Amino acid sequence: MRKKRITFTALILSSLLLTGCHGKEGLSAFQPPEEFDLSREYEITFWAKNDTNKTQTAIYEKAISDFENLYPNITVNLRLYTDYGKIYNDVITNIATNTTPNVCITYPDHIATYLTGNNQVVPLETLFTDPSYGLGGSQLRFSSPSLEEIIPQFLEECAFGGHYYALPYMRSTEACYVNKTYVEALGYTLPKTLTWDFIWEVSEAAMATDAEGTFLVNGQKVMIPFIYKSTDNMMIQMLKQKEAGYSTESGDILLFNSVTDELLQTIGAHTKTDAFSTFKISGYPANFLNAGQCIFAVDSTAGATWMGTDAPLSDISADKLVRFETAVLPIPQFDTSHPQMISQGPSVCIFNKEDTQEVMASWLFTQYLLTNEVQIAYSETEGYVPVTSKAHNCAEYQDYLSRCGENNKEYYDVKIKAAKLLLEHVDHTFVTPVFAGSASLRDAAGHLIESTVKAVRRGQDIGGEYTKKLYADTSSLYRLDQLAQQNQALSGKADLGKLPGTALTLLWSLAGAWSLLLCYAVWRAVKKRQ
Amino acid sequence: MKKLKLLLLTSALAFALAGCGQKGGDSAGAAGTADAKSEGVMTYEEYMAAALDSEVVVETYVQAKQSWWENQATVYTQDQDGAYFAYNMACSEEDYAKLTPGTKIKITGYKGEWSGEVEIMDGSFEILEGNYIAQAQDVTSLLGTEDLIKHQNQFVSFKGMTVEAAGQDESGNDVAFLYGWDGSGQEGDDLYFNVSLNGETYTFTVESYLCDSSTEVYKAVKALNIGDKIDMEGFLYWYEGVNPHITSVMATK
Repeated sequence: MRKKRITFTALILSSLLLTGCHGKEGLSAFQPPEEFDLSREYEITFWAKNDTNKTQTAIYEKAISDFENLYPNITVNLRLYTDYGKIYNDVITNIATNTTPNVCITYPDHIATYLTGNNQVVPLETLFTDPSYGLGGSQLRFSSPSLEEIIPQFLEECAFGGHYYALPYMRSTEACYVNKTYVEALGYTLPKTLTWDFIWEVSEAAMATDAEGTFLVNGQKVMIPFIYKSTDNMMIQMLKQKEAGYSTESGDILLFNSVTDELLQTIGAHTKTDAFSTFKISGYPANFLNAGQCIFAVDSTAGATWMGTDAPLSDISADKLVRFETAVLPIPQFDTSHPQMISQGPSVCIFNKEDTQEVMASWLFTQYLLTNEVQIAYSETEGYVPVTSKAHNCAEYQDYLSRCGENNKEYYDVKIKAAKLLLEHVDHTFVTPVFAGSASLRDAAGHLIESTVKAVRRGQDIGGEYTKKLYADTSSLYRLDQLAQQNQALSGKADLGKLPGTALTLLWSLAGAWSLLLCYAVWRAVKKRQ
Repeated sequence: MKKLKLLLLTSALAFALAGCGQKGGDSAGAAGTADAKSEGVMTYEEYMAAALDSEVVVETYVQAKQSWWENQATVYTQDQDGAYFAYNMACSEEDYAKLTPGTKIKITGYKGEWSGEVEIMDGSFEILEGNYIAQAQDVTSLLGTEDLIKHQNQFVSFKGMTVEAAGQDESGNDVAFLYGWDGSGQEGDDLYFNVSLNGETYTFTVESYLCDSSTEVYKAVKALNIGDKIDMEGFLYWYEGVNPHITSVMATK
């Protein structure tokens, strides 16, 4: 089993956010030391996430070993996770006791929550430009990319609240992995860019069965034509493509709107015919796709090595594999002339420590993760893309891309096509606004789809009253109402309502007293002049 | 805050561990005899016949607890006729503490299937009077047969199986277990190991939420050697095929 099914959401974490998760005594804002003392010994911890992929673990270990060879006085202790949510949970737990890791793979949404602690996360812009130890610095013992060599879109995703709080580490997007063989068997031709209408139409066509209930397209008893892995991404991208509300930059919640209503109704309609399901309800899209039981499987490009008949990684037994041609396409669009897709993938942040020299050691290691050696090796494990132009343009990486399909391991065609998909669409990617609680909003977006799909499958009516209740329940479950108030207060827009009577009495009393004092002063001045 | 979290996690863990090393016991009720079900409660047969996504109501007995998170509990339960896996059942921390092995509960939820695992999703429960701990049923002879799935989620045993190589270490040497399915994990993660019988090899798991690294079974699997003959007990979980969650391992002579 490649992954544990339990999903760590922002539910409890958001409650921590609302009650504050400040370090016990807080930390002073990080100030870079005059000199980095390389004569001292340092021991830093690195919390990393891998996709339950042995090669990725090996690359982390090699990166640490190579770094320690360059800096023998810095020891890096690796702690591996397979779930971003678990890292998020553990970081918040450790903020409370000032026992955070030094360096941590994370998402900007999560960093926004970490920032509710006192100076917990190090702003990086001063370090970026340090002439000795900054990006491309003169005193580094490795070839670090310059600031200009980090892909600007990816770097900007790490900027919020007026600072850069992370460096991008890897980038991915979502792809639609398509059983092209079945699409054509159904009489359709795959377009260059998928539309939602096309996917729904083909999915419904795939539901045709014979008298025994066997699906005509695959000759099996099971067929879920369209399965979406991450329903939070599904809702976010649909809303973006429709130019509908999700949130403002400052954290106003716009998710519950009429476009969301329409989208849920459409999803519900195709759930009713069993043409659509989700990972949380049915299982991994890859397993259904590879068994010939799914035609459109939407998952991360970082899951490409699990997709297709010849996928190097598989969770299903060989006897269940079905041979078909796999197409790798951008996610479906509402407007094919303006495709939009989410940018995702891990970033790296540095946690503040009382010892500024220790932070400098963390900064060196963080930069090392952006060297070509690490970037190219890690990106090749999945449909990831390196985050530096320095890596993109180097001969080794170009050679890798050019060998697409040469074998089903290092050069597995689906994986390299997934990486190329993002490279060709960097300008069509977007990210959602980052603010304290944005991780909860993301979960809520997915919850709307999951709840609607479950309701339809269970024979419930998803008419107007259902949607109203769903929105209210979701807002309450993810504490979005409280988050909105908090973010308004933080941005100075809070409506605090009428003043209490006691406060008004006090203010009027003060005003009266000052008036009397002023009158007295004027009377004294007039009398003195006389 | 940290102390509170630690207490929460520790208590959850302590109760989860009650399932590890579980021995088949006698029922405090009538062992092997089906309970009379309350009004509106399904028999195991009716539960199995129910359509996916339909509402189900069962009376059953907690056998082991796998996890508690965000007021949701995942629990192995079983009555005298069959087993019910309750996934992410609504459960307060206080109630989770009450779910000791043998506790009788009434679950109301929806029947679901996730990657072959039939389960009760989105359930809620109430605690009833009664106690039953299932005997481990020996299903060794059913491995590789279509009848094995009839025992899905039950507390079962496997006898006289041989430990095979699970993979290779960095030096290319065969190893008896892996951290994670492919060796990508670390201490504390799920353990995967292979065992064979009559020329067929099967992959078994020590699920770290059910039995963490402090448990006897976790340590026992780490101490396995290729070629060891072992008996095992555990729960017959399913993930794209049989994927037993082992709770005890014993060497055979």
